[in-house]
Amino acid sequence: MSAQGQVTIVTGKKRNRSGGMALSALAWVVGVLFVLPVLWMALTSFHAEPDAAKNPPDIAAPLTLDGYRSFFDTGPWPSIANSLTASILSTVLVILLAFPAAYALSIKPVKKWTDVLFFFLSTKMLPVVAGLLPIYLFAQFTGLLDNIWLLIVLYTSMNLPIAVWMLRSFLAEVPVEILEAASVDGAGLVRTLRSVVAPVVTPGIASAALICFIFSWNELLFARVLTGTVAQTAPVFLTGFVTSQGLFLAKVCAASLVVSLPVLIAGFAAQDKLVQGLSLGAVK
Amino acid sequence: MSVDTEVRPGRHAATPPNKPGTLLRSTGDWARRAPLLPALVFMIIVTQLPFVVTIITSFMDWNAYYPDERGFAGVDNFRRVLTDANTRQAILVTILLTAAVVLISLLLGLCIALLLDRRFRGRGVVRTMMITPFLVVPVAAALLWKHALYNPEYGLFNGVLTWIFGDNAPQPDWISNQPLWSVIFALVWQWTPFMMLILLAGLQSRPLDVIEAAGIDGASQWDIFRYMTLPHLRQYLELSALLGSIYVVQNFDAVFTITSGGLGTANLPYTIYQTFYTAHDYGRASAAGVIVVIGTILIATFALRSVSTLFKEEGR
Repeated sequence: MSAQGQVTIVTGKKRNRSGGMALSALAWVVGVLFVLPVLWMALTSFHAEPDAAKNPPDIAAPLTLDGYRSFFDTGPWPSIANSLTASILSTVLVILLAFPAAYALSIKPVKKWTDVLFFFLSTKMLPVVAGLLPIYLFAQFTGLLDNIWLLIVLYTSMNLPIAVWMLRSFLAEVPVEILEAASVDGAGLVRTLRSVVAPVVTPGIASAALICFIFSWNELLFARVLTGTVAQTAPVFLTGFVTSQGLFLAKVCAASLVVSLPVLIAGFAAQDKLVQGLSLGAVK
Repeated sequence: MSVDTEVRPGRHAATPPNKPGTLLRSTGDWARRAPLLPALVFMIIVTQLPFVVTIITSFMDWNAYYPDERGFAGVDNFRRVLTDANTRQAILVTILLTAAVVLISLLLGLCIALLLDRRFRGRGVVRTMMITPFLVVPVAAALLWKHALYNPEYGLFNGVLTWIFGDNAPQPDWISNQPLWSVIFALVWQWTPFMMLILLAGLQSRPLDVIEAAGIDGASQWDIFRYMTLPHLRQYLELSALLGSIYVVQNFDAVFTITSGGLGTANLPYTIYQTFYTAHDYGRASAAGVIVVIGTILIATFALRSVSTLFKEEGR
């Protein structure tokens, strides 16, 4: 980072300080513009409904928790619990499947390991809608409609490629000596994975898990089609606010913020590895 | 050296030829494959099998409302899908939506990445602010734009207009006037951070010593950008465009929430959802699904070829 500072100084020999200041100010303005809708959502969620609907907006209106109260009165907890179940369990499954797979694709690679990797990648490019109908018919036939386990399996398949690619890029950095020592000790596969490799790549596993959690939590299409009253997730619950219902802006903002909160927390926690995860491990 | 071939996948390629005994080698192969198999089998069953069924269904006459008429339809579904004005409109909307969102957020993301690739006070804070839009649940983000920003009566946009121009301020109905652009802008807001993050990572992986040398040799800022930064960024631009396209082509949340597919904004995922969920025309929905997949494969193979170097490089 310090090298970068130097470059700016060297290349912009004659550039005056104010030019740099202007660019920094511009960066700030852009950042604020991008975060503004979220801040506006947060502020509005704490306003009373009549104040939230004012035009021009009343920024200094008194704060209240009424928006949150009326949101929680609509009974969102079961859907939030469903979202938590689906996201957490699918993430656990993803890691359990992806971690050994990543090992077999990086540390002790199988033949044609690149083909396998690109197979995983290609499944991400298959549009979700193309598989929707058969999955729906299958669920109808087996009675799995409106069952959270169906979503768990689907979210696992949705995130598995991401986790394999990500974990593989972390495993590539595991020092050779550690693995040699393990094989000299005669450690089996499970022990090598659990007590030798896993501790070294814990941060990588954690960030892969956080990113998988985010994608599962956000998912709408599958959840909308395959769940009903029992297994509906939080995003499906939010679609109940699509049509306007009189004075309800504070409630909508409260709802959106509450449902987004787990993602915001997970995202900020994984901030440093976010690029690596989103680019499927291609960019560090 | 032998240690190296054991560990580095890139150079591993195949088991050394001098290894004795085919039997021994094949058991070794299976031991290597074992940790991979659960994930691989799981993926094939969950993602490939349904798609095969989709292909079969796309050649069938199958509407859940008329169960007696189920049968082989040949290419009828494809003919109906491709000659149907709604589907053609949906294909057009999908292309427009994806191209606009990806290009605008790519350009904005590049500018912002360049702004953030400098040292200044609060750089970390600005970066965090920038990625926040990406961390709002897509449905929630769409609700936010629809109700809190675009709404003609109490939305923030018209509120700001009233603030500036007083009582006679124009109060446009954003979504009704420009339905497609309303969806595009909401998506650009969410996807610009994504592009920015990848491009910023690309900028920060530039060989700084070379750039420094160019600066000392008297190359102008623009020359450095045009002839050094941009070529270096090329594969990062391609990668973010590819990944962005893959996600935006499939977008359902924003279209469903902001316009409910009305006002000419129904894209293919939404149309397929409707054909199958409300009209229960399974054959036609499948045919449309197959068309989406073919389109995606075309984009992906074309684009993957250019970005595969980045993945391969990383794979070594």
